[in-house]
Amino acid sequence: MIANFVRVAWHVMRKDLTVEVRSKEVLLTTLFFAVSVVLVFSFAIVREGRAPDDVAAGILWVAVSFSGTLAMGRTFERERYNDTLRALLLAPADRPAIYTGKLLGLLVLLGMVEIVLVPLIGLLFNAPILAFPGRLATLLVLGTVGFAAVGTLFAAMLVRVRSRDTLLPVLLYPITIPVMIAGVRGTAALFQATPDPAMAQFWIGLLLFWDAIFITLALWTFEPVMTE
Amino acid sequence: MSKLNPLFIGLSGVMLGVAPWVINAAPYESTMGLVQKVFYFHFPAAILFLVAALICGVASALFLFGKKPRADGWAIAAAELGLVFGSLTLVTGPLWARKAWGVWWVWDPRLTSSLLLWMIFSACLLLRRYGGPGADKLGAGMALFGMANVPFIYVSVNVWRTLHPQTSVVPTLPTDMGIPLWFCFAAFTMLFVALLNLRARLEHQRARVEALYLAEDEA
Repeated sequence: MIANFVRVAWHVMRKDLTVEVRSKEVLLTTLFFAVSVVLVFSFAIVREGRAPDDVAAGILWVAVSFSGTLAMGRTFERERYNDTLRALLLAPADRPAIYTGKLLGLLVLLGMVEIVLVPLIGLLFNAPILAFPGRLATLLVLGTVGFAAVGTLFAAMLVRVRSRDTLLPVLLYPITIPVMIAGVRGTAALFQATPDPAMAQFWIGLLLFWDAIFITLALWTFEPVMTE
Repeated sequence: MSKLNPLFIGLSGVMLGVAPWVINAAPYESTMGLVQKVFYFHFPAAILFLVAALICGVASALFLFGKKPRADGWAIAAAELGLVFGSLTLVTGPLWARKAWGVWWVWDPRLTSSLLLWMIFSACLLLRRYGGPGADKLGAGMALFGMANVPFIYVSVNVWRTLHPQTSVVPTLPTDMGIPLWFCFAAFTMLFVALLNLRARLEHQRARVEALYLAEDEA
């Protein structure tokens, strides 16, 4: 049962990533968008050649969430465009397994974006990204998982809706703000002049809690909302 | 149930009409003065805001997982009332905050999460309105996530350091402040129940008309 679940999720993820490797469409556009967001922010807040302290964490997470929304919209848009969504849903597999595969594919993509984004933030805003690499990575992984877990579900829900491009961020941001708060506060605790790893630890705990709730709810909801 | 609606509406109308005198009769709070009186409306509105979120979430879960189509009507009614009572909370709150803290708004956990919950209700209704066919299921999914935020709001004030007064202040109120508070609470609750009932009934009737219309088309 579990082995079957993992197998289906793995195949869905591999399918998505294979398509992505061949076109690189989502990765390149998302990456470019994330970099543009960082640049727009630096133009907005940099005064006299330097950025104010403590903004790096916020900019990092804003870039992650904005570009994440872009990538989420695309993962299901592709299924709709090629009329393969029905085939995917008709496959003799658990719906939650399909959801998990989609989520994993999205996470791999967002992980790649973050690998570029984090050093860029470190470089442009003098953020000490190597001071606590383990904690920073944990925060990023947990935050991205929470954000993408809800995003994948909502993107799937909205795939048949006409105004999906505008509705996805409208629905996604209010729900995922707790995750954003935890991510930004935790990262800021690591980036500040006197880092506070205990504070970051607290937010990591909270993120774990949120991730557990969001993933459970999403796995639970995916089946009924995707049934026509 | 529907027979009680006019009674509830009438009673809450009378009570809310009398409320200014009742509130006026309550003693002045020593530090806050006149502004403290907004609390008699703020507290009931905030509690009913959370109640609406719970009703909306439970009804949505019943609709999604229990396959109960009528639960959807309750979910819509609760979402709309949540928006109304949430707006009331968010308007009366800053009136108090201006006097108590010197600013209209602070990013305190409870204030932030109330604003978030209000935004979730709005998003939910936007989705229903502009989502097109199938939006009822999507709205229900959204409401389910919204409900997950409610315990977060309630617990946040007790876990985190916060400016917002603790909820435990309510049972310790002196009687002459407690009476107008529970008086307003009763009035608001009756209004809430009656409106919820009416709105859900409207939605059920709309669903029935639609079903009949479709049956007519097929025949």
